[in-house]
Amino acid sequence: MSDSIDQYLSQDYQAGFVTNVDSETLAPGLNEDTVRFISAKKGEPEWLLEWRLKALAAWKTMKEPEWAHVHYPEIDFQAISYYSSPKSLEDRPKSLDEVDPELLATYEKLGIPLHERAALAGVAVDVVFDSVSVTTTYREKLKEVGIIFMPISEAVHEHPELVKKYMGSVVPQRDNYYAALNSAVFSDGSFVYIPKGVRCPMELSTYFRINEANTGQFERTLIIADEGSHVSYLEGCTAPMRDENQLHAAVVELVAMDNAEIKYSTVQNWYPGDKEGRGGIYNFVTKRGICHTRAKISWTQVETGSAVTWKYPSCILKGDYSIGEFYSVALTNNYQQADTGTKMIHLGKHTKSTIISKGISAGKSQGSYRGLVKMNPGAYGARNYTQCDSLLIGDQCGAHTFPYIESKNPSAVVEHEATTSKVSDDQLFLCQQRGIDAEKAVSMIVNGFCKEVFKELPMEFAVEAGKLLEVSLEGSVG
Amino acid sequence: MLKISNLKARVEEKDILKGLDLDIKAGEVHAIMGPNGAGKSTLGYVLSGREGYEVTEGSMVMDGQDLSELSTEDRAKAGLFLAFQYPVEIPGVSNMEFLKASVDAVREYRGQDALDPMSFMKLAREKSKAVNLDQNFLKRGVNEGFSGGEKKRNELMQMMLLEPKVAILDETDSGLDIDALQVVAEGVNKLRSPDRAIIVVTHYQRLLDYIVPDYVHVLADGKIVKSGGKELALELEEKGYSWLEGEAK
Repeated sequence: MSDSIDQYLSQDYQAGFVTNVDSETLAPGLNEDTVRFISAKKGEPEWLLEWRLKALAAWKTMKEPEWAHVHYPEIDFQAISYYSSPKSLEDRPKSLDEVDPELLATYEKLGIPLHERAALAGVAVDVVFDSVSVTTTYREKLKEVGIIFMPISEAVHEHPELVKKYMGSVVPQRDNYYAALNSAVFSDGSFVYIPKGVRCPMELSTYFRINEANTGQFERTLIIADEGSHVSYLEGCTAPMRDENQLHAAVVELVAMDNAEIKYSTVQNWYPGDKEGRGGIYNFVTKRGICHTRAKISWTQVETGSAVTWKYPSCILKGDYSIGEFYSVALTNNYQQADTGTKMIHLGKHTKSTIISKGISAGKSQGSYRGLVKMNPGAYGARNYTQCDSLLIGDQCGAHTFPYIESKNPSAVVEHEATTSKVSDDQLFLCQQRGIDAEKAVSMIVNGFCKEVFKELPMEFAVEAGKLLEVSLEGSVG
Repeated sequence: MLKISNLKARVEEKDILKGLDLDIKAGEVHAIMGPNGAGKSTLGYVLSGREGYEVTEGSMVMDGQDLSELSTEDRAKAGLFLAFQYPVEIPGVSNMEFLKASVDAVREYRGQDALDPMSFMKLAREKSKAVNLDQNFLKRGVNEGFSGGEKKRNELMQMMLLEPKVAILDETDSGLDIDALQVVAEGVNKLRSPDRAIIVVTHYQRLLDYIVPDYVHVLADGKIVKSGGKELALELEEKGYSWLEGEAK
């Protein structure tokens, strides 16, 4: 086995590389050796390597899903490199002067603090950021109440019993093609454990981890809220993030024990490609949570980035009286494509779910809502309410709705409402005639359209999200 | 205040205005009457610079400023106001937010300081009271679910807030019962001022009983074919428009 590792390493050291910089990239391709290499690199225990290998074996037997309403060139999974340590300082831009001015202009508009701009744009800076010390301070504070918040790669060593017990318990290795891929090769991600009865004193945010180790393209997150605990977790940030890796396949698993509550908010703003649709991230995400008795999981997402989005944050409402919520704003512009929605699987009695989905399509983009509400035979008195609205800007984009409803319990109630509207010329003219320019008018209309979802976001995120939509829609009118 | 000379304009390749002249001084109220399809609404859209309305010849000058050099929103900021015949709804955008964005834009253009939210709210409440609209309407979506009369009063409130130099009221009477008409007319009359010109576009004479114009013009086939004092409106009421249409040829 070690032979194969050496082989990989020798293949990939590139000329001119400074050897003391820990910066190798694995040769493209995916097989057992790749997985062994990754696991060895991370110094993982044997059980995790076995776990990964099992996932790989499953993945090999699976087919890439084709049912989503998105089109992209075929992905050659053997042409991708599955391990790359943080980029060497030499490969990265030396200063902000070397960064795409358009990206900088966007940071400016979003009001991103200067020192964070450099980090986001991938500039090689060797000063210690404020956020690092912030992270450390927070970790200490969290430790006091017994909360564990750390990279999952560390948790594997420090809390193997928890990771072993829960990883794959909500999204099994063979759940779907991308989940299996992620399970085999996942890079890093967050691990959170909230002890019984503890209310997390602050919003936990990946943002604080911004300049910690690159979490990479196969992120894996596991959040466990023990009985009666409460946590709010924020993922992503409003600043557009560049990444060299075009394919992203993340897995997020949430476990809400009896009476626990998890609120998971996402702002996804990966590079969407340019105005002609070139480049951009393919984002295939599996997010799912399980709710035990009287537990509650609430997903809130603002999706504006990526060239292709395939994402269905879901809830398994296993415990009686448990609650699942999904609030989503998905905005597509230019040539972006998004197929996103949720699955609410009602197993327990009197379980309740709410789905509010707002899709905004502009330019030549295509936005789809795809949702499943499933009432199992045991879901006595369960209820679902779904509201699914689409807003079109211009006449070259598309909005699609694919609601699936399966009800096997006659006492369950499922409600579905859907609307499609268009930002009309009359509305724009009214605004302009009152002195409001077209872009501001569209932004006001879009923000109004998304109000119900924004109010679910943590306060500071909500303000940023509004601004983000405005920036994302630039050039969509006039 | 507003001088329109030999204005020709087209919409979708169709000539609608065919050499229109108008000269309106500050403090005056002019009524423009005419049969359906004469180009009455088009005039308002052309003046305010709506997309798709193309000026092919002539000029429009407001207070010394050539309107065709300004964008749609800049014309509004410079003091041109169009009250719509059928005000459109903008669901989700609160009336208050809309009014604030509008007033902010206009004040900035005119070199005035932006109003802080508290003073603005106070001002908006005052104006909504002046047009007899309940304050709840400020919280609702722009025109969302408003009755015909409420929409027109909302337009009037916007006009009060923006204090335009030239206001064009496009068929303000349409869709209003007589009581609502009186309320709106009363509001317009309050807005008559020595430094403001008002154009009342209407099909019927009825509105002019309440908003008494200084001059009346008849617009037919894209031109002003007859002008006169307020008594012209009565004559039109009696005889209809057909006797004038020949003059447009």
